[in-house]
Amino acid sequence: MSQGTGGSGSRLLLLTGLLLALGLSPTSSIHVYTHREVHGTVGSHVTLSCSFWSSEWISEDISITWHFQAEGSRDSISIFHYAKGQPYIDDVGSFKERMEWVGNPRRKDGSIVIHNLDYTDNGTFTCDVKNPPDIVGKSSQVTLYVFEKVPTRYGVVLGSIIGGALLLVAVVVALVYLIRYCWLRRQVALQRRLSSMEKGKLQRSAKDASKRSRQAPVLYAMLDHSRSTKAASEKKAKGAPGDSRKDKK
Amino acid sequence: MLLLLLGIIVLHVTVLVLLFVSTIVSQWLVNGGHTADLWQNCTSGNVFHCLTSSTNEWLQSVQAMMILSIIFSVLSLFLFFCQLFTLTKGGRFYVTGVFQILAGLCVMSGAAIFTVRHTDWHQASENTSYGFAYILAWLAFPLALASGIVYVILRKRE
Repeated sequence: MSQGTGGSGSRLLLLTGLLLALGLSPTSSIHVYTHREVHGTVGSHVTLSCSFWSSEWISEDISITWHFQAEGSRDSISIFHYAKGQPYIDDVGSFKERMEWVGNPRRKDGSIVIHNLDYTDNGTFTCDVKNPPDIVGKSSQVTLYVFEKVPTRYGVVLGSIIGGALLLVAVVVALVYLIRYCWLRRQVALQRRLSSMEKGKLQRSAKDASKRSRQAPVLYAMLDHSRSTKAASEKKAKGAPGDSRKDKK
Repeated sequence: MLLLLLGIIVLHVTVLVLLFVSTIVSQWLVNGGHTADLWQNCTSGNVFHCLTSSTNEWLQSVQAMMILSIIFSVLSLFLFFCQLFTLTKGGRFYVTGVFQILAGLCVMSGAAIFTVRHTDWHQASENTSYGFAYILAWLAFPLALASGIVYVILRKRE
């Protein structure tokens, strides 16, 4: 029985070892990244950026190729090639004297710039990078749309309305609280001045001290700023029905 | 007093639920097997598939208004609970009421803009009718306004 369990245990170990080996085996392929869509206006220039990731060191034999497939056409023509450290730009085709190489293979960047856009440039551009010995990988495609004028991107109107409204509300609320704070501070200063006046009167007549201290709150209420007394009386008048409304059961 | 408080909270939550449902559900315009709303146009039938709506500026402003109304209503609920515990006796729930009224105004303007401009991005055919999400949006407007006014009138007891 001990032999049986030992046998099954070693089989399990072998299986897990195999699975780990499969999972951890490095996948060496080259990954190319471009935008999915690029928009440009007629007459302006546009940058077709292409970046790649390779598990090997960037060698001298690295090659970067750009192909172009016009909209509605089935042929894909080669318009740019970079090999052995030398860029080869299209000088006979439709991109003659309009293309510029702005990439740097050492920095894993293979971008090109197309100047003077035209409606015939609508189509799909494919960026392909090969870095020997790392040559297995997918190329990446970017579709160029040429417009008369760039349409508003989706969400610009949405974001601006929401942001603007929230900002406006925040500013109004801040202003209201600021005004209230200033007003309250003025009230506190007035109260202090009144109480000091009252203290002076108290010191002058010591006989009516007790009576006056009892009367002092009433005097405060009467000497207080006219605005606050009106508000206090209003509150007292409206307080009864308002309280009863909250009191309903 | 507790019953009144509960009633007010239920009203507020009802407004919030109406706003959420009308913003998210895809039933503003109904036309046979097609439904359209703020975010996508869906077709049912043999195949059910949805496409995102157009990028028309008016549609985006309607989306913005609905989202703003939801934001203001949620903020108002949060502020109501804040003010319930921090307001002085006899004070009024001004901030809560103002935000709720703002939410009502936003949903009204959103629904109004949609009513006027929906032909811009959706070809009107014979049997296009308004769906229930559109009706819920219009329903949320007077309820939100009423809820906001109730907050402004209400006073806090101890």
